[in-house]
Amino acid sequence: MTANDMSSIELRGVSQWYGNVVAVNDVTMTIGPGVTGLLGPNGAGKSTLLHLMAGFLAPSRGELTVGGAPAWRRPDVYSMLGLVTEGESAYPFLTGAEFVRAAARLHRLPDPAAATRRAIGLVDMVGPMNRRISTYSKGMRQRIRVAAALVHDPEVLLLDEPFNGMDPRQRLQMMDLLRRLGHSGRTIVFSSHILEEVAEVAGTIQVMVAGRLAASGDFRAIRRLMTSRPHVFVVRSGDDRRLASALIGRPAVRGVELTADGLQVQAADYGAFSLDIAGLARAEGIRLRELLPADESLESVFAYLVAS
Amino acid sequence: MFNPTIASITLRAALGRRRALLYAIPPLILIGVSAILRLTSPADPAWPARILGTFGFSVVLPLTALIIGTSVLGAEVDDGSVVHLLATPVPRRVIVATKFAVATAVTIVFAAVPELLAGLVAGQGRLALGLLAGALVAAVIYNALFVCLSTATSRALVAGLAYVVIWEGVLANLVGGARILSISHYGLAVATAVAPGQALKAGVGLTAAGVLGAVVTAGTLAAAVRRLGSFTLRGDTA
Repeated sequence: MTANDMSSIELRGVSQWYGNVVAVNDVTMTIGPGVTGLLGPNGAGKSTLLHLMAGFLAPSRGELTVGGAPAWRRPDVYSMLGLVTEGESAYPFLTGAEFVRAAARLHRLPDPAAATRRAIGLVDMVGPMNRRISTYSKGMRQRIRVAAALVHDPEVLLLDEPFNGMDPRQRLQMMDLLRRLGHSGRTIVFSSHILEEVAEVAGTIQVMVAGRLAASGDFRAIRRLMTSRPHVFVVRSGDDRRLASALIGRPAVRGVELTADGLQVQAADYGAFSLDIAGLARAEGIRLRELLPADESLESVFAYLVAS
Repeated sequence: MFNPTIASITLRAALGRRRALLYAIPPLILIGVSAILRLTSPADPAWPARILGTFGFSVVLPLTALIIGTSVLGAEVDDGSVVHLLATPVPRRVIVATKFAVATAVTIVFAAVPELLAGLVAGQGRLALGLLAGALVAAVIYNALFVCLSTATSRALVAGLAYVVIWEGVLANLVGGARILSISHYGLAVATAVAPGQALKAGVGLTAAGVLGAVVTAGTLAAAVRRLGSFTLRGDTA
């Protein structure tokens, strides 16, 4: 078995259902070393997929292995796997340091104190580590939970919405930490419903929609899928009627509708239209007041991805 | 089979937030009532067995065990923090055994030892020793059952209360056969064996209590290990 096999996660035709509700539907993927982002709207099955990978769910159908062996009902898998669940569950009466040290002891590490210092240092929690967890902010709780999951230096780290509740500075630090862990050859998988978060950190993105794997690849490939799609913009300008007639001849524009609220422009290409309209308005001497993507919600992006 | 780290966290959770004061109220009532009766009814030799056997074994002991036994693991299962224990290579049987041991120890402190003290306050040393022995045995069996319930259902407290109130409190008093599955009566059987002739109303014999108690303890703990080994986290669902 190679080092890559030791830290790889394999899913073959994995489905998970609860009664009549299908949470994960026939997902096949291989996740290797580096940072992988599970991107999808709420309810897409990201958490279920992470719980399956973490051995906290048995697949209803299909095969799932971590390091070459099933994760379900196999506690020894946690010697090489760390999990940070969504939410804030921790022991509020323990200090951050006690919490991480307890994790080190439960993993039977030879030097729990040193491992605790290292893990707490990684998440930049040295200052408040002797305060009780009950006094921590949401972001601090999240970081101390990440420290506990990292204390045994696992080959595989799974994190469910790790950036929730973090302020921008903490978010950047966490992104940097995940990137470093990924570069050091570990397999890092995290879920998020925010495209920018995933794009910032993940080398590989797995897009989940309604339980299915909708798209997979590096960020550029996913971004291309999203930006080169037809798109609707609402445009308000100093002279909507003249702008409409100027727009209609442009290659990036598929159709224009004049409405009481301004122009509804069907762009053939999101990126090309965004670049084109500013120059066009300037050339025509028309003042642009507002340019809004009308269907920019994540759901519409995912709906497009699923349809393509 | 015992993990000191888990034991320490469990103990701090069990006794934190002034919970120890809450647990101390029923046994203090038991000891206080015994002291008052000792002063007011010195001539009646039957009340210690009635008060400490009936009130102690059917109210104080089972309810203390219920609150502690269902919370040592159940509270962590409910709020999800049990994942911090389960996402480690610690064998599930060690987690269950440690939680069970801590719950039993706390129950002994807050329910079995007070039986001994109340018996001594009542001025009946032999009865006090019998009550202690019976309460020790009952604390073990009750906690095995309640730890098991907390791995099986999120309503372990309600299920346990139903057992204590309906089965032990009502049915076991009305139907003699129901006492065969009453942990309270197993405890009373042990107490009676240590302190015979004390008007403790044990509904089962010592042998039956020993065999059934061992079966219930082993069976419920094995079931708890099995349930915890299959612990699942529900995710988001579309």
